[in-house]
Amino acid sequence: MEIKKTSLNKLHQDSQAKFVEFAGYEMPIQYSKGVIEEHKFTRSHAGIFDVSHMGQLFIYGNENLTSDLEKIFPLDLKNLQQNCSKYSFLMNEEAGIYDDLIITKLEDGYLIILNAACKEKDFEILSNILSKKYQMELSNDRALVAIQGPKAVEILNETISDVEKLTFMTGDWFDYNGQKLFVTRSGYTGEDGFEISILNDLAEEFTKSLIKKGAELIGLGARDTLRLEAGLCLYGHELDLNKTPVEANLKWAISKERLSNGGFVGSDKIINQIKEGAKQIRVGIKPEGRLIAREKTKIFNETELPIGEITSGTFGPSINGPIAMGYVDKEFSKIDTKILLEVRGKKHPANICKLPFYKKSYVKGAN
Amino acid sequence: MSEVKFSKEHEWISLEGDVATIGITQHATEMLGDIVFAELPEKGSNVEKDGTAGVVESTKAASDVYTPVSGEVVDINEAIVDDPAKINEDPEGTAWFFKLKMKDISELDSLMNKEEYDKFAKESSS
Repeated sequence: MEIKKTSLNKLHQDSQAKFVEFAGYEMPIQYSKGVIEEHKFTRSHAGIFDVSHMGQLFIYGNENLTSDLEKIFPLDLKNLQQNCSKYSFLMNEEAGIYDDLIITKLEDGYLIILNAACKEKDFEILSNILSKKYQMELSNDRALVAIQGPKAVEILNETISDVEKLTFMTGDWFDYNGQKLFVTRSGYTGEDGFEISILNDLAEEFTKSLIKKGAELIGLGARDTLRLEAGLCLYGHELDLNKTPVEANLKWAISKERLSNGGFVGSDKIINQIKEGAKQIRVGIKPEGRLIAREKTKIFNETELPIGEITSGTFGPSINGPIAMGYVDKEFSKIDTKILLEVRGKKHPANICKLPFYKKSYVKGAN
Repeated sequence: MSEVKFSKEHEWISLEGDVATIGITQHATEMLGDIVFAELPEKGSNVEKDGTAGVVESTKAASDVYTPVSGEVVDINEAIVDDPAKINEDPEGTAWFFKLKMKDISELDSLMNKEEYDKFAKESSS
């Protein structure tokens, strides 16, 4: 199959990007500055991320659509206000996760942002459950550009006036050169920032205008170190069909209103797991010293019995040390529990620690 | 100091008497990206030509470091363990990895000179 390119591909090339294939797309892993500088620039200024490979699914409908989506997502969508966003999951009956996503209520339906590698399958699953009652559109004509970091609001507000009025996890339509953009105040770096859904034809010019104002392009390499420092899950690593939201320590994303009556796909398993407790749970891990423990590294307790596995591990540039996330047996999940990580045949000491590794405060609204 | 030689695994080596200094090339660091971890062989240990003698890790992945010649490890550069970013800054100078007392100087013969290595590096990265 031919590799797909986003509408910013030429701009990446012109900016000396190193490319990798990711979910069938040719995507920039880093630019000439490298992962660490790009990471730090995002934390101190503003980074631009091309996330156009992600799925933008528009579903149009009224209250019936809201009721039908509540049979799928563990959210209180009836009481969700227009233009507000929620983090959620698409699950199977066993509460295994097909995908994690952000869903936003629009005037005439919903916008769901899906992972690139999952979007086609998600579309199929959702069309089947909704039995084609609603108009669904997995957009091919829109790019998705994120701007993240402490300078993001100032820079974006110069390009699109009034975006500063958005609060964390809300969105709205804005005018840009006579076209409609949908902007949400959200992101996946642990920084304040925005994601902008924009027509492909306008994406390059729009992105260049952000660069002119001082933002810089950031690759997927730094996106990964940023999200890991922020303790955020990445599908295919922390999350997959063999993990439930309870095991992933994402109970907070399930609306309390939905836990009493259930009625969504996977609800029996979720309600049961919350009552009984999950066998394994996602935790933050800090190796001692500088050792990096990568995905699939085996985790042992102090008496060298296996208790779990790392799902993501890297060097955290803002932490200036190694960080990881993984799953361990519940009894070893307490903060400050001493564990051992087997790397290249040797067991190295590490500690269970609090997530996120790195924290900034978001611009919260009344909700 | 003798002419610097290069291996296909992207190490450089320079000889002074029978002691060889070994590190990784500029080209290797460019391919790896930001280096955030380095592990070196133990002082006093013996390493065999083409065997692993250390590890470097970038933000992305871990890579073995091989020794292009055999010998006894007589010195290691602790500075790059404490601050692995030094490897990106000066890979073919102050950020050397280890020094070996060579067993067999003729092992150098099979290695590349600068011109041959540059050509090899260019071809292997394209």
